[in-house]
Amino acid sequence: MKNRKKLFDKLYNVVAVICCLLLIGVLLYTVARLPHYGEENPRTVEVVERYVERGVEETGAVNIVAGMILDYRAFDTLGESHVLFTALICVLILLGKDEKNMRKEFDSYYTVEYENYHKLAGDSILRLVGYLLLPCLFLFGIYILLNGQLSPGGGFSGGAIMGAALIIFAAGFGFETVDKVFTEKLLKTVTFIALTFYSFAKGYVFFTGANGLENHVPKGIPGMILSGGLILPLDIAVGFVVACTMFGFYSLFRRGSIGHDHTFMDQQ
Amino acid sequence: MEFIRNYPLFTIVLSLFSGVLCYMLKPAAAKIYTLVFEGLLIGMVGCVLFYVIVTGQPFTYVMGEFPAPWGNEIRAGILEAMIALLFLIVEICSISAGHRFLVIDMDESKRNLYFTLVNLMTAALMALVWTNDLFTGYVFLEILTLTSCGVLIVREIGRTTLAAVRYMILNLLGSGLFLLGVVLLYDLTGHLLMVPMRQTIAELARDPQVLPVLGVAVGILTIGLSIKSGLFPFHFWMPDTYGWASPTSAALLSSLVSKAYIFLLFKTYYRAIGIDVIEQLPIRNVLLVLGIGGIVVGSLQAIHTNNLNHMVAYSSAAQIGYIYMGIGLGTMAGYTAAMFHIMAHAITKSQLFVTTPRLAEVSGGTLKFQDLQGAGLKSKVAGLYFTLGAFSMIGIPIFAGFSSKLLFALAAVGQGSHKKIILVMLALAVSSMLNALYFVMTLIRIFTPEGKLEKDDLRHHHINYHLPMVLLTAANLMLGLKSDLVVSLIERGLSMFG
Amino acid sequence: MITHLWINNEEAVAIILFGIGFTMLLFQKNLLKKLIGMNIMDTGVFLFLASMGYIEGRKAPIITDGVMEAAAYINPVPAGLVLTGIVVSVSVTAIMLSLSVRLYKRYHTLNIDEMYERSRHAAEDR
Repeated sequence: MKNRKKLFDKLYNVVAVICCLLLIGVLLYTVARLPHYGEENPRTVEVVERYVERGVEETGAVNIVAGMILDYRAFDTLGESHVLFTALICVLILLGKDEKNMRKEFDSYYTVEYENYHKLAGDSILRLVGYLLLPCLFLFGIYILLNGQLSPGGGFSGGAIMGAALIIFAAGFGFETVDKVFTEKLLKTVTFIALTFYSFAKGYVFFTGANGLENHVPKGIPGMILSGGLILPLDIAVGFVVACTMFGFYSLFRRGSIGHDHTFMDQQ
Repeated sequence: MEFIRNYPLFTIVLSLFSGVLCYMLKPAAAKIYTLVFEGLLIGMVGCVLFYVIVTGQPFTYVMGEFPAPWGNEIRAGILEAMIALLFLIVEICSISAGHRFLVIDMDESKRNLYFTLVNLMTAALMALVWTNDLFTGYVFLEILTLTSCGVLIVREIGRTTLAAVRYMILNLLGSGLFLLGVVLLYDLTGHLLMVPMRQTIAELARDPQVLPVLGVAVGILTIGLSIKSGLFPFHFWMPDTYGWASPTSAALLSSLVSKAYIFLLFKTYYRAIGIDVIEQLPIRNVLLVLGIGGIVVGSLQAIHTNNLNHMVAYSSAAQIGYIYMGIGLGTMAGYTAAMFHIMAHAITKSQLFVTTPRLAEVSGGTLKFQDLQGAGLKSKVAGLYFTLGAFSMIGIPIFAGFSSKLLFALAAVGQGSHKKIILVMLALAVSSMLNALYFVMTLIRIFTPEGKLEKDDLRHHHINYHLPMVLLTAANLMLGLKSDLVVSLIERGLSMFG
Repeated sequence: MITHLWINNEEAVAIILFGIGFTMLLFQKNLLKKLIGMNIMDTGVFLFLASMGYIEGRKAPIITDGVMEAAAYINPVPAGLVLTGIVVSVSVTAIMLSLSVRLYKRYHTLNIDEMYERSRHAAEDR
């Protein structure tokens, strides 16, 4: 029996290597016949031309990529922002504490000591760095968030920076401090409002665009902060969702709930 | 009337919103909301179907102000509307009928999240059915992957979580390959929307230098989607995934999610690559052979297994094989049969997966065959519905399974090659025999009396269970009895699909 | 073919990364290593996309000096696709990590074969 398993493992490894080499070989063969690297691919020009040459006029954003993902191909991005939300729900189902999983594997893990440990603040170095760094991080995140239509950045990157700042906040000053401001209810409500706004704003634009109606969204002056039509508000919405989700992930991994959980500790 | 053109957009955006809304609602409210909302969606999609049948024209709907090669698009024709309608009906029935078991599997405090996932899944299914853009297909395919993992893990036992890990890993491989395929196609054609892509590919395919590269791109994309939908030899994740999932989840995963991937693949072939280019590549024959392999191997494994849910899951692998066989035949009749079988199988499998847990419940919570003795008599209702589903699976006339087998046989005869006729006929014969064998064995097992019978069976079921079951059976019978009507609709849909 | 590969060297590297990641995801026994493989695979695709859009001597597609010709900028489409891909990759990583946490707590191992072995002996799993 043991020998058979060993043989199987060996065979498995051989098959693994062959599969890998075969896949890489076929793909390399393909790559060799693709359009050349570093040169313009003539087939893409038709689409790109319009994005670049009329993008500023049609979307109001000088950052062509932002204009593309939030205006020309906005439907993809609408789905994309919900991907992150879906992931949050899945992690919440898996790691969120409830009556059922408390009885099983979790009760040996989430002891009172563990809970108390996570309420405590981090050590003094982390806190000092937090004092110095946090304002800059939040400011930087907001800057990236608001400048999505003008420079590289936008909702996802800005939101990720703000989420990281929240995580440093929680790690340095303890969840008890964070919970005073960022309660579960607040995080949930912000996510809800931001995503609802996103869906309906974009739904409205799709609807008016397809029916040939005027959509009443001012485009603004390209190059200014208030430009790009819906791009700025959408970036802000996405940024909030991303920040809340990143913090939610961290919080779920560390203590099994998004915000302060009244019921759990009271029961202990 | 013209306003109906907006409904496909509404189905997607409102489902996304409903998902977010259910995150905020209480579980009971979320359930009622979801059922009502699904009803609304069925109404909308029904209107779309009616509209495209009456006008006889498919319509494309520009998402935003920017037309084809620049902006996103969705598109609705008879085939898309039929598949969407079917998905929604099966979904509402599975949720309603399986909710009693969801209450057992999931804690009260998190149950609203299930409906969040279901609504997001609806959005992804609708988007995959309506989309006219490959990259939109990728994004919503990922949402579908994540939501299907989510509905799988709600049952918090170790086996389910393990199954979810395996399911996720294979799905990730599939998504990675699909993405790479899409990216390669973009590099070759410069387009992501299906129609401009097909026009460019029609040009490219004339160049013998480019054809192999195109073949690799299409092949990678096909492998990706066939891993995700569980085509043989990638079907080994099915028994654990479907077998250990909560009943509603098993029904959703087997009847809707894998079908959505197949429909996306079919759509890619038909609309993004072009069916005449596919004919120049050897892919169809590979699909035919793998489909037949899936039929035979799935049926054999279904006989071999000792667990009722695993048996039904392996039979799913065989049924997926049928669908791929239809696509692999490469004729109009083959495609029609494949599309018909998507519907027949979705209806039947969801019915089976929500009845088996009740059979297990009356046999002391186990799905092992030796313990299921007399389960159909202990719970006559579940036994009856299981029998109806099994009849359809075996292919007894007046049920949907019979019509689809007949269509496959006709499709095989209708195309020229003798080798293919023999192969398909053999596969059909063998699989029908094996199907009959294991389902009849199961039926005999669950209707052999054993021990004392309880009388208060009906108390466990109320309208929430009976209504969806009757609806599914009715749909099953309709596909079986009125198959010519459905087939003619599918044929009309296919003719306007390209 | 070798000369063509050399011209497309960046894409070739991306593909090799993809292959390595794919194989790791498929054949590693350790869940975390599988996860790392998945991330390498995704990174390979992103590198592939980035190198696809790159055109020698052109600027990033942000119009700051009024030049509006498409010939002055690189292709913006792959950049948008990469963004979507990254978000998806982050989400999937989070889910896979939380699955690993759950399984580790239950089976006290990260080896997936070992988990199957132990799950067979667990009483609650029928």
